[in-house]
Amino acid sequence: MKTTTIKKKDIAGFLDNILTEYKVFAPVTRDERVVFEEIGAGSEAILDYQNTPMPPKGILFPQTERLFSYRSTKEIPDIVVPSFEEKQQLIFGIRPCDARSFTILDTVFDGDVKDPYYVNRRANTVMISIGCTKPQATCFCTSVGGGPFSEEGSDLLMIDCGDEYVVKVASDKGTRLLEKRGFEDAGKDKLAFVEEVIKKAEASMGPEVETDGLKEKLDKSFNDPIWMQVTDKCLGCGLCTYFCPTCHCFDIVDETVGSAGERIRIWDSCMFPLFALQASGLNPRPTVKERFRQRIMHKFSYMMDDYGKIGCVGCGRCVTECPVNLDIRQVLDKISRSEDIK
Amino acid sequence: MNEVTKKIREVALKLLQKKKVDLVIGFEKGTLPLRATPCFVRREEEADRLVWNSFCENNLAKYIIRRPERVAIMAKGCDVRAAVELIKENQISREQLVIIGIPCQGMVDRRLVKAELQEREILEVVEKDNELILKGGDFKETLDRNTFLYHSCKTCTHRNPVIYDVLVGDVVEESNVDPYEDVKQFEDQLPEERWEYFSKEFTRCIRCYACRNACPLCYCQECFVDSSSPPWIGKTTNESDTAIFHLMRAFHLAGRCVECGACERACPVGVDIRKLHRKLARDVKERFGYESGVSLEQVTPLATFKPDDPEEFILNP
Repeated sequence: MKTTTIKKKDIAGFLDNILTEYKVFAPVTRDERVVFEEIGAGSEAILDYQNTPMPPKGILFPQTERLFSYRSTKEIPDIVVPSFEEKQQLIFGIRPCDARSFTILDTVFDGDVKDPYYVNRRANTVMISIGCTKPQATCFCTSVGGGPFSEEGSDLLMIDCGDEYVVKVASDKGTRLLEKRGFEDAGKDKLAFVEEVIKKAEASMGPEVETDGLKEKLDKSFNDPIWMQVTDKCLGCGLCTYFCPTCHCFDIVDETVGSAGERIRIWDSCMFPLFALQASGLNPRPTVKERFRQRIMHKFSYMMDDYGKIGCVGCGRCVTECPVNLDIRQVLDKISRSEDIK
Repeated sequence: MNEVTKKIREVALKLLQKKKVDLVIGFEKGTLPLRATPCFVRREEEADRLVWNSFCENNLAKYIIRRPERVAIMAKGCDVRAAVELIKENQISREQLVIIGIPCQGMVDRRLVKAELQEREILEVVEKDNELILKGGDFKETLDRNTFLYHSCKTCTHRNPVIYDVLVGDVVEESNVDPYEDVKQFEDQLPEERWEYFSKEFTRCIRCYACRNACPLCYCQECFVDSSSPPWIGKTTNESDTAIFHLMRAFHLAGRCVECGACERACPVGVDIRKLHRKLARDVKERFGYESGVSLEQVTPLATFKPDDPEEFILNP
């Protein structure tokens, strides 16, 4: 595997160089919060942060996206589809869990059916992730197939080694990005040091969430009263789904004024009452219990059926942000350990 | 274990043993530092899960709405105010509700504490008198809890439950703070400045509805934003639609909002939701002499009509 190094003090210059060709998104502080935003100068990017409260999902899958606009002055309306952005873009400083989340979104938007809006943007996007030397207590990436230094989804993975980052090249896109800049190989000693850093971080992860046999257990749990117990306190808001880097359900709405309008795709949430409401007036998921169960089942069972992978990257955002501290790890644990579900 | 926690467990156990209630809603230790989490106790042996600390931030009255069973709730001053409004609005009967009232010293704003420690991760919190002892991997910090209370707690004038069946803990001194000082200052600004302020606040909103769902007085069986036919409001994060959501919610809560701050505690992006609600609460108090949630007897302003109402808002807008 190809590796190289880059001094921390050179990062701003490195990004400035990239900015000549790419649109760059990086973590910045806005209103006392760290968010991913487009930057104008390499020095704006902050390197020392845990993770952004809001995932960078919206860069490739925006909360509100115009699919096309229309004007119906004649029988067949005029439809204008927005042209796809040609410019290459780069997401810098993303965490490995979030980089990995895009591989899950890929299975949905870039599978048998291609979503041109997502696919185009995705093809034009390069991701440089920063491994987590200090995983947080709410992180559980290692329980769901990832890790604090997982390269899945990243094109380059940077590992903090004090004054410099050791950079691992994780894809062809990554190779091409580095080739243009010409960096020297990291060398054996540094790689040995990196192995130590990685081991130490992995050892500092909190207790694992048991996912072995979880799917089988979930499949048997559908009608179990356990769902009543675990959802007692759920408020039924959509916060967890909007903060989730892998939640991808959407709705499509028309916003029409007079004879013209726009067809817009928006994030939707299985936690909302309207989500499963049918035209007949029937709602097969009438209460929070059914909606919350759907959210868990989708991630840990249905995604396994459809794509052979868990639809959660263990970033812990739903754990941190839930207004009532309804902790998904605890829910999964209760279901895994339940002796009543047979 | 603190005295209040001990007492609450005793009371809860007794209520369940004597079959006075089927369910006790309280708080238990959360899974994260700086958090307690709502807890539903139905069996006697589970009464020991209940706790009382500086992180019991949710308004538990949310969970009593249209409950069929007999229920007891651990209630701070603001939970009781919400319960009073809910009783008056026939969302639960007084008879099926047991209020375990707890005089409240204010709840700690977890985000303020986290901001104080910046990127250092808090792993454990111990409370000692008025101190919060925060421990991380390589640090220990002590903060004064009273400096880190929620704004809604700093401006609270009803820390003691206005009604209760059992009171646990000592009555606390009510603050004589002017709860609307910032609202008055805000009123003095130019309309354009005020609009700019709200517009900026609403831009952050992601329409997750955590504010609405955490609010104990937001209980419409179908919220206007969830209606698809007719669609009263657009569903995107378009500025005007987001503004309509917040403005309509504020109007709908006029004379009903108990200023508990549950909306802001739930909001993950820090929208200043309360300013609008408190402006309306202040107007209702001044113009109709009504303060929500403080009396079971006083008729709510929206449920009454006086022929001699000056109706100046129509005649002199």
